[in-house]
Amino acid sequence: MHEMSLAMNIVDLAITNAKKEHAKCINHIEVEIGTMSGVMIDALRFGFEAAAKNTFAEGAELVINEVAAKARCRKCDAIQPVTAYFEECPICNEFLTDIIQGKDMRVLSVTIDE
Amino acid sequence: MCDHCGCSPSDNSVTIHKPSGHGHNHDHQHRRTVRVEQDILFSNNQVARITREYFQSQNITALNLVSSPGSGKTTLLEQTIRALNDEIRIAVIEGDQQTMRDAQRIEATGVPVVQVNTGTGCHLDARMIEWAIHQLPLKDHSLLFIENVGNLVCPALFDLGEDMKVVIISVTEGDDKPQKYPTMFEAASLGVITKTDLLPYVDFDMEECRRLALAVNPALEFHAVSAKTGQGMDTWLNWLRNRCG
Repeated sequence: MHEMSLAMNIVDLAITNAKKEHAKCINHIEVEIGTMSGVMIDALRFGFEAAAKNTFAEGAELVINEVAAKARCRKCDAIQPVTAYFEECPICNEFLTDIIQGKDMRVLSVTIDE
Repeated sequence: MCDHCGCSPSDNSVTIHKPSGHGHNHDHQHRRTVRVEQDILFSNNQVARITREYFQSQNITALNLVSSPGSGKTTLLEQTIRALNDEIRIAVIEGDQQTMRDAQRIEATGVPVVQVNTGTGCHLDARMIEWAIHQLPLKDHSLLFIENVGNLVCPALFDLGEDMKVVIISVTEGDDKPQKYPTMFEAASLGVITKTDLLPYVDFDMEECRRLALAVNPALEFHAVSAKTGQGMDTWLNWLRNRCG
């Protein structure tokens, strides 16, 4: 379950950025997770609770914005929404495997109290 | 009302402002959003970048071997090391959740090896590699194999600073692996199909496996080997020689 590592990284990034701003505490952390980034959202939430415990980020809310994945068809070049690799292009039936959006996972912001 | 934070320090009828600054005292907290906009794996990727620069400066070719457990990574490594040890300086980082078994097998071939036990962790990360390379006598112009934890999912996401990921799949696993675990096949630059001596006994369609892998990653190169019989090992070894040349 790599979500635990990801959660620990989120907590570290949030704390580093919050402390740089002399925060008293972190109210919430906003992240962006692509639907094809290989992250299980429930596992990430679970991991976040554990990772934040006894840290400066304890009690902060994790706000997750999911970014819907899109693929470019290698045959007809059309851009199509996808939820997984190997879905078929509705225009030409080619496998959709060139994912152009939805693989990123980023910390967007931290909201701090000061 | 306070322009700075929107609070109402009194009954709203009187406001007091100083010419500059935030003109009243109160104890409550101000809430503010700070943009971060960083990859969640930012710190891993930073360490990996430094490691990659180090490898490049020392002419170290680092290959990150990824596969499911039991694909024959360690056996392939043993045979590869025995074949190339006189020509190329080789070192190995072994990743497993626990035990020193793989490191002991590699040590028996006579090359420097360090074992990273990840405990409950399902993948190696850049910090583990940073630590491991400090434990090794890593020479310039050498070949470093990093045998990742057997797992065809998580290691795909973690950059270790390697030159490339080499995905290894054995013929006993089924030719649909690239379709089931596409992320790893997309992340890899080279595929090695192992245990080809068992092809007569299993329903593994080599062409179907390649077709599915190439659908995800059209640039993927393939080798097919049997570390047991030596079949196909020459082209794999030549590929390594060229890579390190």
